[in-house]
Amino acid sequence: MTKGNQMLDVSTTLNQLCTFRLGPLYLGINVTEVREVLLQADVTTVPHADDVIEGLINLRGQIATCIDLRRRLGIEPREPDMVPIHVVTMTDGEPVTLLVDAVGDVVDVDPDTYETPPTTMDPNTRELILGAYKLDTELLLVLDLDKITSVGPGGGHKGEPS
Amino acid sequence: MDEIISEFLVESYEGLDQIDQNLIVLEESPDDVGILKEIFRTLHTIKGTCGFLGFSKLERLAHAAENLLSLLRDGELSMSAEIADALLAAVGDIRGILATIEASEEEGDPDIEAIVVRLDALASPDAAKAAEATPTEDAPAGAEPTADGDAGAAAPDAEAPAEAATADGGADEQLAETASADPSAGDAETGAAGEIDGTIGATDADEADDRDDDADARLGDLLVEAGAAGRTDVEIAAAEQSLGDQREIGKILVDDGRAEAKEVEEAAATQQKRSVADSSIRVDVALLDRLMNLVGELVLSRNQIIQLASDGDNGGLGPPSQRLNLITSELQEGVMKTRMQPINNVWAKLPRVVRDLSRQLGKNVHVEMIGKETELDRTIIEAIKDPLTHIVRNTVDHGIESPEERAAAGKPEEGLLLLRASHEGGQVNIEISDDGKGMDADRLANLAVEKGVVTPEQVARMSEQEMVNLIFKPGFSTAKQVSNVSGRGVGMDVVKTNVERIGGTVDLKTERGVGTTFKIKIPLTLAIIPALVVSCDNNRYAIPQVNLLELVRLEADDEKNRIEDLHGAPVYRLRGRLLPIVDLRDQLGSERVERESTNIVVLRADDHTFGLIVDSIEDTEEIVVKPLGRQVKDLNLFAGATIMGDGRIALILDLMGLASEARLLEAGTTEGKTVFDGVTDSHSTVLDDRTLLLLGLGEQDRVAIPLARVERLEEFPSTALERSDRRTVVQYRGKIMPLIDLAPTIGYTNSAFYDNDRISVVVCNFGSLTVGLAVDAILDIVSHAEVLENVSDDFETVVINEQVTDVIDATSVVSSVLPIPIPQDEPPLAATSFDDLDSAVPAPTGA
Repeated sequence: MTKGNQMLDVSTTLNQLCTFRLGPLYLGINVTEVREVLLQADVTTVPHADDVIEGLINLRGQIATCIDLRRRLGIEPREPDMVPIHVVTMTDGEPVTLLVDAVGDVVDVDPDTYETPPTTMDPNTRELILGAYKLDTELLLVLDLDKITSVGPGGGHKGEPS
Repeated sequence: MDEIISEFLVESYEGLDQIDQNLIVLEESPDDVGILKEIFRTLHTIKGTCGFLGFSKLERLAHAAENLLSLLRDGELSMSAEIADALLAAVGDIRGILATIEASEEEGDPDIEAIVVRLDALASPDAAKAAEATPTEDAPAGAEPTADGDAGAAAPDAEAPAEAATADGGADEQLAETASADPSAGDAETGAAGEIDGTIGATDADEADDRDDDADARLGDLLVEAGAAGRTDVEIAAAEQSLGDQREIGKILVDDGRAEAKEVEEAAATQQKRSVADSSIRVDVALLDRLMNLVGELVLSRNQIIQLASDGDNGGLGPPSQRLNLITSELQEGVMKTRMQPINNVWAKLPRVVRDLSRQLGKNVHVEMIGKETELDRTIIEAIKDPLTHIVRNTVDHGIESPEERAAAGKPEEGLLLLRASHEGGQVNIEISDDGKGMDADRLANLAVEKGVVTPEQVARMSEQEMVNLIFKPGFSTAKQVSNVSGRGVGMDVVKTNVERIGGTVDLKTERGVGTTFKIKIPLTLAIIPALVVSCDNNRYAIPQVNLLELVRLEADDEKNRIEDLHGAPVYRLRGRLLPIVDLRDQLGSERVERESTNIVVLRADDHTFGLIVDSIEDTEEIVVKPLGRQVKDLNLFAGATIMGDGRIALILDLMGLASEARLLEAGTTEGKTVFDGVTDSHSTVLDDRTLLLLGLGEQDRVAIPLARVERLEEFPSTALERSDRRTVVQYRGKIMPLIDLAPTIGYTNSAFYDNDRISVVVCNFGSLTVGLAVDAILDIVSHAEVLENVSDDFETVVINEQVTDVIDATSVVSSVLPIPIPQDEPPLAATSFDDLDSAVPAPTGA
C-alpha cells in the first residue's frame, strides 16, 4: 500500500539533468527518472507493436520496453552501424529504455535559463518536450518522459498499474 | 491510506470471515462456548479499534452485536436461527461499512438503526441488564468506568490495561473497551493520545505475556478466561509450581480438584492454536512478487554458471556450482510456496453463502469439503473466487431440491453440496457436486432456444451433453427468473470465461435425479506455466500447454498429406476432420518462406481447434510469465513475455487473440460454414469406399451416402435459399448451386427446406456440375467396421448401429431431377438448363 521510495523531493533535483545526444539534438531528462544506462542489450522485437517500439529487453528478470527515441521524435533513423545506448527509466513502476546515440554528463542547470519550447516547433515533437535550457554553447531540451513513454494502442497511457 | 486504518481493515475483514464461519458452526452446535467466545473476542476487537479510530456508527453496530453475543456466551440466551440471522446480517453491515471506509476512509452515513434495533430486541431488556453486569464479574473493577465508554475521554489509567493484560483473559476485552472510548467527547487530542499510550502499553504487555516462556502461566490465564478455574486457584497453583512442584499447572489444578480435566485440555488446545497464530507474519504481496522475480533471475544466473562449470577446465567451479544449484532450487521452491494459499481461503466463505441462500429458498443444504488444504497460487485463488461462488449459488438455487421434493424422491431431506479439491500433475481439480435433481437437457435446450442462444435446428443436432453445456453460452442465464439468487446478472458463461482466462477448464456432468458435478481444472500457479516453445522468424514464442492438442509434421514431398487450399483458406485434413490452418508468420507480419517440412501445432482456443504453422518446434519448458509494459500490453497476439534460459525474451502467444486476429472465431459467412470437407480431389483414396455419411431426414428417417461421393458439407441459413428458373438454388463459391431436397426426391414425406433455419447441405460434384443435397441433419460418419452388410449386392441396405439404413446412390438421385453432364467439359453451370426440374424441389420457406 505504500508508494515506495520513488517520491524524492523533485524540487531539489529538478535542476540535475541526465543528458544524451540524438542526431543533432542535445536532450536531457530529470536525473531521478534515470535508473541506469546499458551499453548493449539483446532486443527481442515485438511484431505489430507501435513503430517506435524497438522491442523488449531482459532487465535482470524484468521485461523492459525499448523505445527508439529517434523514431519517437521523428528524426531520421541512425546509421546501421551505430549501436544505440539504452537509457533505462522507470515510469509508473515499469522499466522503459530509451534508445539514444550517446550519453552525456549529468548537468546542473540554472532554472533562470529555462524556457518553454517555441510554438513554431513541430507540434508532434513539441508535445514531447517540456522546455529548453539555454546553455552557453547550445540548447538542452528537456523531455517529457510521461508523454514519450505513452505509446501504443489508444495512446497507451493508462495511469498506474494496480 | 492511513496505515493504521488499512491494518484495521485487513484485520477486521479477517475477523469477520472467521465470525461468518464460526456462526455457521455455532448454529449446528449451539453449546460450543469456545466458539462463542471466539466470535465475541473478534467482534470486540473490531468494536474497540473502530472506537479508537472514531468510527462511531460502526462501533455502535458492533456493540449491539457484541451485547447479544455476551448474553449467548453467558447462557442467558440460547442460539437460534433468528439470532444467527441477525448476527450474520450485522456482520454483513459491518462489512459494508468497512468497504466504505476502505474506499473513502470515512464510515459514511450507513443506516444501522434497523439492525441495531433488531439486535437489541433479541437481547431482551432483562437479559441486557444481566449483560451490563457481566463485565464486572469477569474483569477487575477498575476497568468498568472506561468500559461503558462515556467516561472514555479521560486518559485511561496507564497501569490498568497493562495490568489487566497480564492478569487475565478479560484483558482483551478491557483493552478494547479502553480503546472504544469516544474520542470526540471532551478533549479529543488528549483522549486519543492517552488511548494510544494505553493501547500500546497493553499490547506490549499482551505480547510479552504471549511470548512468556512460562507457558503454564498462560494456560492459567486461559483457564480463568474460560471460567474453568478461579484466579486465586491459578495463582496458588503457580505458587506451588514456583516452590518446586514439577507438575504442570493444569495438572496441579485438576489434582487439587479446582478445575475439570476436560476444561484444562480445552484450554491447552486453545493455547496451541494461539501459538500458531503467533508464528506467522503478514508480508506484502508486492515484496513476494519481487522476491519471485529475483529468484527467477538467480535461476538464470545459476544456469549460466552451471554451463561454465561443465565446460572442461573450470578451476574448481564444479562443487560450488553444484551447491549453488541445490540452494537455488530450494530457494525457488520456497519462494513459490510463499505465494501459495490453501483453497480454504475461498471455500471458507461458501458455507455462509449456502446457508443464507438455502434459508432464503427454504432448502436444507449441508456443505462438505474435502481437500481444504490444497494449495494454489494466490492470484489463482483470487481469480476463482467469483466463479466458485457463482457455481455454488447456482447449485443451491437450481440443483438441490426443496426438502419436500427430496423426500418425495426418496432422498434425505438435507441436500449435500460437496466441494472437493486435489492436486493432479501440476493442476488443481476442484469439484463442486450436489445430490440434487440434475439438469434437464431438453428443458435447457428449450430455454436456450427461447432466449435465442441457439436455433431449434442446432439443438436438434446436439447430443445431451452439448445441450447441458448450453448453460455456458453467453446470453443463457437462468438468473433472471430467480432475481438476486443466482448471482447478479452473471451467467455461467462468465464463469467459463473467468476460468479459461487463467488457463483452466470447466466440465459439467449431470444425471437427472442424481445430481450435478462441475469439475474445474486450473493450473497451480499463473506465474509459472508449462509451455511449448516454438520459433518463427528468428524469434521464440511460448504457447501455453493448456491450449496444445498435438503436433503434426508434414514433409514437403508427401503428396497425400498436405495443406490444401479451401477457397483461399488453408486447411489440413486431420483424421478426416478439417483443420483450419494459420501461418504464424502471417500473423506476425513476417515474410512467408518455403519450408522443407511443415510443423503444425494443433491448438484449441475457446472451442475452436486450429493448426498453427511455425518455423520450428523447440521444446517444452516451464516458463515464468512476466507482464508486458503498457506500451505493448494491448497487443492482441501476446499474453505476456518470459525469459528463456539464455536470458533472452520469448513472447507468450495469446491464442484467443491469435484466433480472433486470424478470424477463426467468426461464424459462417454468406457462403455458409464448412462443417466438414470430405474429399477435395476425386482421385484421392484417403477415404474408404465403405465409409458412409449418415444423414437424417425428418425426425426418424435416415439414409447413408458413401463419403467418397461427398465433396463437402455445408450449412446455409434458410434465408440464403433463392429461386431461379423454378428451382431452388444457393450462391456458393461465386457460382449458383442447385439444391435438391433429398427427402421428397427419394420418396420420404418431409422437407429439409421447410423445417429448418439452417439447412445442412451435402455438396456433391458430378463433373462440372455441383449439386447440393439438402437434408435435415448430418448425423455421423460411419466407418467400414460399423457397417454390417446384409441384403443383396445391388440394392444397398446396411445395418448401422442396429438400425437398417438405405444407402443412396447420389448419381441416380441427382440424375432423377437434373441432367448430369457426363463429359468433363460441359458448358458452365449457370448456362445449364434445368427445365425439367419439377416440383420435387419446393420453394424455400425463407426466400
